[in-house]
Amino acid sequence: MIKKGKRILLLVLLMTMITAGPLALTGCHGSKGLSAFSIPEEFDEGRDYEITFWAKNDTNKTQTAIYEQAIVDFEKLYPNITVNLRLYTDYGKIYNDVITNITTNTTPNVCITYPDHIATYLSGTNLVVPLDDLIADEKYGLGGNEVRFDAPSAEEIIPQFLGECAIDGTCYALPYMRSSEACYINKTYVEALGYTLPDALTWDFVWEVSEAAMAKDQEGNFLINGQKVMIPFIYKSTDNMMIQMLKQKDAGYSTANGELLLFNEDTKELLYTIAEHAKTGAFSTFKISSYPANFLNTGQCLFAVDSTAGATWMGTNAPLSDISKDKVVEFETEVMAIPQFDVQHPQMISQGPSVCIFNKKDPQEVLASWLFIQYLLSNDVQIAYAKTEGYVPVTSKAQGSAEYQEYLSRCGENNTEYYDVKIKATELLLDNIDHTFVTPVFKGSASLRDAAGQLIENTVKSVRRKQEVDEQYMDKLYEDTVSLYRLDQLNGNSSLSSGKEDLGELPRTSVILLSGLAAAWLLILTYVIARRVKRGRSGER
Amino acid sequence: MKKVVSLLLALMLVIACVGCGEKKESAPAQDAAVNEQTDEGTQDAAEPDAGAEQEPEAADEDVAEPEAEADGSAATGDDAKSEGVMTYEEYVAAELDTEVVVETYVQAKQSWWEDKATVYSQDKDGGYFLYNMACSEEDYEKLTVGTKIKVTGYKAEWSGEVEIIDATFEIEDGNYVAEAEDVTALLGSDELVDHQNKFVAFKGMTVEASKDADGNDVAFLYNWDGSGQDGDDLYFNVSLDGSTYTFTVESYLCDNTTDVYNAVKGLNIGDQVDMEGFLYWYEGVNPHITSLTVK
Repeated sequence: MIKKGKRILLLVLLMTMITAGPLALTGCHGSKGLSAFSIPEEFDEGRDYEITFWAKNDTNKTQTAIYEQAIVDFEKLYPNITVNLRLYTDYGKIYNDVITNITTNTTPNVCITYPDHIATYLSGTNLVVPLDDLIADEKYGLGGNEVRFDAPSAEEIIPQFLGECAIDGTCYALPYMRSSEACYINKTYVEALGYTLPDALTWDFVWEVSEAAMAKDQEGNFLINGQKVMIPFIYKSTDNMMIQMLKQKDAGYSTANGELLLFNEDTKELLYTIAEHAKTGAFSTFKISSYPANFLNTGQCLFAVDSTAGATWMGTNAPLSDISKDKVVEFETEVMAIPQFDVQHPQMISQGPSVCIFNKKDPQEVLASWLFIQYLLSNDVQIAYAKTEGYVPVTSKAQGSAEYQEYLSRCGENNTEYYDVKIKATELLLDNIDHTFVTPVFKGSASLRDAAGQLIENTVKSVRRKQEVDEQYMDKLYEDTVSLYRLDQLNGNSSLSSGKEDLGELPRTSVILLSGLAAAWLLILTYVIARRVKRGRSGER
Repeated sequence: MKKVVSLLLALMLVIACVGCGEKKESAPAQDAAVNEQTDEGTQDAAEPDAGAEQEPEAADEDVAEPEAEADGSAATGDDAKSEGVMTYEEYVAAELDTEVVVETYVQAKQSWWEDKATVYSQDKDGGYFLYNMACSEEDYEKLTVGTKIKVTGYKAEWSGEVEIIDATFEIEDGNYVAEAEDVTALLGSDELVDHQNKFVAFKGMTVEASKDADGNDVAFLYNWDGSGQDGDDLYFNVSLDGSTYTFTVESYLCDNTTDVYNAVKGLNIGDQVDMEGFLYWYEGVNPHITSLTVK
């Protein structure tokens, strides 16, 4: 009886190990996240919800006021939803804070974001809510019959902008605003140098005029402005600069599935050209010198490339400025598309904030978040926010509205709401939506973007430091940049939501555990074999 | 034998369960050194540091405290320069974009992020702003106020702020905590810039009105134009002899838990104040205040 009990116990233990062991080990090596969100049948209005919204503004108090007003208006429509606003002034900080808060399950409900960043967030299980079903939901979807405001329909979101929010065929965000880059030009100085602005800027034209602007008098003052300082061409975002130059040349940057093509011969050629003009002082960057607007407005720059969403800082009469008025010079500002290699086929980046929803245990809370981001696409919010800068509303409903069309038609009426540079920048994008592009999104695409800019920044810095920029330099620059951004660890490992990443070596504890189990099985087998041999010899059955 | 096997199996099961019970959901790996998306039009006087791309770790606990000098032992280190090290005068004379080597003393740590530290430092002759200096988190902890460091980097200028960038450092023996130098009388003069980045004092200044987002007169703003909220940089205007200057509480240097941050939030228009801080520059003088006393 006792022997039988031991056998049963042993059997139970063995069975437990066989079934539970692998499960336990599997569980250890990778953990389970939230359950996938599913849309509730009804939005439960008998409960109160508190959602957090991490927003980005351009250090612009009007934008802050619009966010706050949007929240007030939304809360009137849905008194059971409270929206807490947290403001940021750049995407990088939002991204870093989201990463930090993922570990503590304290992500915001709603977050302004970039698709590149979402690609990283997607490494967490069911962390970001896929929006396709929500968009199409009859009751609560875009323009759904239970939505309490005049929301746009899915068809009224500019398809190109909505498409930019899809990763691996799934929509993870809604576009909120769109912008591109523009070249803000001191036309007065360009003409004073004997040039006429062409219909479309080329890189050759910009380099040539920039070099012409470097002429000095005997006292070392630049002839064009009579000052000691002149940087004719300044680029705000060098990652955009490299990405757009490569796109215009149809050169490699990355493939849709995450193959990194940036470090190629075309990139080198571009860097040599940039180095040539950095050497003469005709070109610099925001990170090295300062805001392009500050140089432009003080007559120390001819070509300032910045976002269309930076237009209110550009020009003699710019409504926003953080330099003293006595330093500002009078000049005529022209707003043009960024320089091109092929003016017949212009290419410019599409950028601007999108908005995503983080998953929560309570699907009702997620639904409340969805209703809020849908409200951000209503005409009231879209038009008001677009007016603050050279932004474009993301819906045809807002773009085609009488209110927005009237706003555009009043270009230049004053230097505040109808500031001409701002509205010209907006129209530049509206006229070129078909010429905009975005880069492929995959895990690591944010790092690749940074690397693209870093190549330019390092090259310019090296030239200024009188270092030789040659093939040897380029090889080392590539090597260092790959290492800095750990791009060698990304290439070929950019699966998005499959979760089939290389998890690396097993932890030491797991190795010990597995070794222990192997040893136990070895003992069991030895015991069984020994018993059989013994029984065989003794004739037992 | 059976007992041993049973015991071993049971033990393994317990270990497996305990081991798994400790696991927490892991965050997705952060892309290496993801920087600021500089593609939008943000122009923020509150953050004049070029490439202040990352959310740094605030370091307000490491701001120089004047009490440290109360016993007159502020300067305890030998400030003689080692071989190959520039004097402050030589540093000032060095051209931009050239390599510089200085020995200096940490006066305040502004931030650390992804192995980069931003630090105010000073020797007995002048101040140095060390921007995004290569620094491990472990070494950052060692950079207490007064610590002597030898810094090798490149001299650069960003919006008027002269700084050392792309730098490395090593800790040396020696300690020096600078006393705040009263530069009130130099406000508005060309001489003030000669004290850039030093720990300085301003005395007897008057708080002037700023306009908030609704056009109201207020004593301070969150961000330069009032577009921010609690936790962001504070901007406030102070005047002396009819001239008004904008001072800042830099939120990475002194966050919203510090005395100075809360002192500024408690200001009233017309208050008379004494202040200490670092003589930062952004398109003109823009002191980063670390202490404030209402008289």
